[in-house]
Amino acid sequence: MVRRLWVFLALLGLAVGARYNLGTPISEELAAQYDLRPVVLPDGRGLPPGEGRVEEGEKIYAAKCASCHGAQGEGYPFNRLVAEPFPITPDTEPVEYAIGNYWQYPTTLYDYIRRAMPFGAPGTLTDEEVYHLVAWLLYMNGIIEADEPINQKTLPQVRMPARELLHLDPETKRRFPWLTLP
Amino acid sequence: MDRRKFFRLLGAGGLLGLLKARAQTPPWSEETFATTRTLGAPLSEYGTRSPFEEGVVRYISPNLRTRHSGADFAPLEKLEGVITPNGLFFERHHSGVPQVDPAKYRLVIHGMVERPLVFTLEDLKRFPSVTRTYFIECAGNGQNGYRNPPDPQLTATRSRGLASNASWTGVPLSLLLKEAGVKPGARWLIPEGMDAAMYTRSLPLEKAMEDVLVAYAQNGEALRPEQGYPVRLVVPGWEGSIQVKWLRRILVTDQPAMAKDETSEYTDVMADGKVLAFTWVMDPESIITYPSGLQQIKPGFHEIRGLAWSGHGRITKVEVSFDEGRTWRQATLEPPVERYAFVRFKMPWYWDGKEVVLWSRAWDEKGNTQPTREEFFKKWGKNNRYHYNAIQAWRILPDGRVVNGDRPLGTQAFGPAGGCGGEVFDG
Repeated sequence: MVRRLWVFLALLGLAVGARYNLGTPISEELAAQYDLRPVVLPDGRGLPPGEGRVEEGEKIYAAKCASCHGAQGEGYPFNRLVAEPFPITPDTEPVEYAIGNYWQYPTTLYDYIRRAMPFGAPGTLTDEEVYHLVAWLLYMNGIIEADEPINQKTLPQVRMPARELLHLDPETKRRFPWLTLP
Repeated sequence: MDRRKFFRLLGAGGLLGLLKARAQTPPWSEETFATTRTLGAPLSEYGTRSPFEEGVVRYISPNLRTRHSGADFAPLEKLEGVITPNGLFFERHHSGVPQVDPAKYRLVIHGMVERPLVFTLEDLKRFPSVTRTYFIECAGNGQNGYRNPPDPQLTATRSRGLASNASWTGVPLSLLLKEAGVKPGARWLIPEGMDAAMYTRSLPLEKAMEDVLVAYAQNGEALRPEQGYPVRLVVPGWEGSIQVKWLRRILVTDQPAMAKDETSEYTDVMADGKVLAFTWVMDPESIITYPSGLQQIKPGFHEIRGLAWSGHGRITKVEVSFDEGRTWRQATLEPPVERYAFVRFKMPWYWDGKEVVLWSRAWDEKGNTQPTREEFFKKWGKNNRYHYNAIQAWRILPDGRVVNGDRPLGTQAFGPAGGCGGEVFDG
C-alpha cells in the first residue's frame, strides 16, 4: 500500500513538474554575482545608481573612444556615432547611420557601452563612466542639453528621434499578436 | 536498313575505332599510376582533407578593417550535398572567437523563474537530446545585392555564402526552462554570450518552447569555437544573429532588451522609410552553385545544381528560368527535404553555346517565393542592410564564362553597406 502510494506520488510529480533534477539551484545573490554586466531594459531596469555629466563624458570619450569613432563621433575607422537629431530618410546612406538619426532607445546606449566597449577592453569602464559617455553622446547628437544629468530616472525618459520610424515586422506581429515594441 | 548492312557498318566502325586508339597518345601520364607502387600514409588520429583541397576555404573580404568583428562566407560553389563541413561553416562574430574551457563552462538561467539554476556542460549533456539539421543564415546574407550597378566579379560564395547548414545536437531549451520553472508573466528570454561583446538578443518565450535547441554538437562533433563552443542557441528558421553563441546566461523577463543588435543593427529600412524591428524569419532563398559566377563551362551536358532554404518551413519547389522569368522549369529536389534546412536542387541541361541567363527561385510550404531585384527594392530600402533575398541571375557568355547576370537598377549607384561586416567598401 505504501509502495503504491510512492509510485503514485512519483508519477504525479513527473506529470506536474516533469523535471529531471539536473543543474544546481542557486540563490538570487549568486545569480547577481554571475551577472557581470546586467541587461538594461527600456524601462530602466538594470541601470545602476550614478549620474553622467556631459563635460566628464567628453574627456573619457577623447581618451577611450575617439581613436575608433573619430574626434567628434564622426566615425572612422569604425561606426559613426554622431548625427543631427533627425531620423534617417530613404536617401540616408547606411554609413551615416548614428545615434541621433537611427538609435531608437536611450537605454541601449548604456547597455551596449557597459557590455561591449571599448572594443578590445570591455568591462573596464565604471558604471559612472558609462553614464558620462551616454550623456556626452546624447548631447553631441543634439538630443539633450549640456546641463542635463543622466541617471536611472532620466535616461529611460529620453525620447530618441528615430523611435518614430520603428515598427514591428508584420510577419512577427502575425505570429506573436501580443507583441508590442516598448 | 537491312540487318546485314547494319552489321557491316558496325564492324567497319569498330575497326576504325581500333586504328584510332593505336594512333592516340595515352590520356594519362606515368604519375597517374604512381600511388600504386609505394605505401600510403599511416593511420592518423584526426583526419584532414587532401592537400589538393586546401584552396577550398571561407572567403574573407580583403577590405575588412578588423577580423575581430565581421563575417566570412562559406564557399558554396565548391561544396556538394547539403551539409556544410565544420571548417567551412560561415563565421560571424562581434568581438572575436573566445576559447572556452568546457570544464569551467557554466550556463545560468535566472530572472522570472521559480528556481534559478546553473548548469555545467555535463549537466546539459545528461538531458534528453535532439539532433536536427537546420540552416543558419546571417541576416546580412545577400548584402552584395545592395550594390548598383551589380558587381561583375560576384561569385555564389559572395552572393549567398553567409548561410550554412549542419546537423545540430543539443537539449531543447524548453526542457531547461521547465527545469527552472518559468513564472507567470514572463514573455521574453535574453540570452547572453561569453564573448568580449557579451552579445545579447531578445527571444520570445513561445519560440523557445517550440523548437529552440541549446546545442553542443555540430555534424557529430563538438561545436567549433567559431560556432559557439561549447554551447550555442540554434533557433530554427530565424536570422543567425539571434542564435547566441558561447551561451553563458538566459535572463527570463517580461520585456525585450532592445539590445544594440536588434535596434541599431539587424533592423530593416523599408522603401517607405519605416524601420522594421524583430525581422526574425528568414525568407526563402535559392542560389545556383553550378554554373555560377566566375566559373567556366563548355558546350554540352551539365547538371545545374544549387541550394534552397526557407525560414518559413519546407521547400516545396525550386524553379529555373532560362529567359529572365518569362517561363520556368521545375528542378528536382534531392531528398530528404527537411524543414528549415538546405535542400539541393538539380536540373539536367544541355548548353548549346549561346549566351543565356539562368535564374532560380525557391518556393516554401507557406507559399512564399523570392522576388526579382526590381520587386525587392519596391519593398525594401536601397539603404537597408539585411534580408536581401532577390533572385540571383548568372549570365553564361558565348565563351563559357559565367558572370553576375543581375540587372542594374536605373543609373543611381549605391554600395553594399555590409550589415554584418562581411564586405566593407571604403570610400
